[in-house]
Amino acid sequence: MNKILYFVLCVLLISCKTEKKEAKPTSENSTVEVYEFNTLELLLNKKDNKTYVINFWATWCAPCVKELPYFQEIHDEYKNKNVEVILVSLDFPDKLDSNLIPFIKKNSIQPKVILLDAPNENEWIPKIDESWSGAIPATIIYNKNKRSFYEQSFTREELINELEKFI
Amino acid sequence: MKKLQLFLLLSTVTLIFAFVKPSTNNEGYKVGDIATDFSLKNVDGSMVSMSNFENANGFIVIFTCNTCPYSVAYEDRIIALDKKYKNLGYPVIAINPNDPEVQSGDSFDLMKVRANEKGFTFPYLLDEGQKIYPQYGATRTPHVFVLQKVEDGLKVEYIGAIDDSSRDANAVKTKYTENAVDALLNGEVISEPNTKAIGCSIKVKS
Repeated sequence: MNKILYFVLCVLLISCKTEKKEAKPTSENSTVEVYEFNTLELLLNKKDNKTYVINFWATWCAPCVKELPYFQEIHDEYKNKNVEVILVSLDFPDKLDSNLIPFIKKNSIQPKVILLDAPNENEWIPKIDESWSGAIPATIIYNKNKRSFYEQSFTREELINELEKFI
Repeated sequence: MKKLQLFLLLSTVTLIFAFVKPSTNNEGYKVGDIATDFSLKNVDGSMVSMSNFENANGFIVIFTCNTCPYSVAYEDRIIALDKKYKNLGYPVIAINPNDPEVQSGDSFDLMKVRANEKGFTFPYLLDEGQKIYPQYGATRTPHVFVLQKVEDGLKVEYIGAIDDSSRDANAVKTKYTENAVDALLNGEVISEPNTKAIGCSIKVKS
């Protein structure tokens, strides 16, 4: 039975691969903006009055998907407290139309989603945080006074506790 | 008085254990450390240790798995690494660090299926009980550790990524792991002994 399942999965994967869809830049219908690292970097260093919660995730990353509802929740609950949640997807750019956008629609993801299309990870990973090994999920919470980086999954309580330290 | 002594002793022990306890952001090996050998179950049913490879001068140990898209994207390149460097004394040993109870696609049975389908030319081991990956300090799949045999044991010479283009094998500019092994083969200094890449977190029970 497992073998059959696996075979089906492989066929699915292969059929995805051969589609070779091009990553599109933001179009009117798209819910995702595609950023290079330099553009993303600006978002990581703002000096305004907001607290930013920036979560690195991907649709194929099970622990990331599991904690997404908590990020949705703080997006809703902390809007009035000047908190902005940004979800930075590390899905492969050729899966933008086939995976990422359908996932966002299906799960009614409300926070801003950015697809980071940045090869040469060895250069940009340390710029996000020196300590980051590159594993996801990972999250930055920062404002103009304070900054923390988390290479971990959050429970709902952990995320809210961390965020409260910034407010 | 005895109670106080006991209390102090217990507190000390507790304190020591509080710090000794392997933390989730484990430190692991750094370049220059001596790596532990292991005895782990291979997809062919045998137990594999690095000490079995008498003719090897070192190893390319890669923590990888069935389910991570980054690992899958690298499968062909891992096979190529093994084919190229096995004969030069640096065979690949792949280790799946994930707990199959958390990530069912990484079960031992499915590891066998994947190894068979892809024609893995190297051992593909399960880190049963997840005792090995924390010692190495692997945090993601794929995560490479190049080891060299020295008098004291197996010295860690390189930690990091396979190359600089996980998503597209045709866009690779720098082959970090190959450069590291080539440097060892030529008796040169490894120019980039630590590199980083995006990968899947290692799956453990929460």
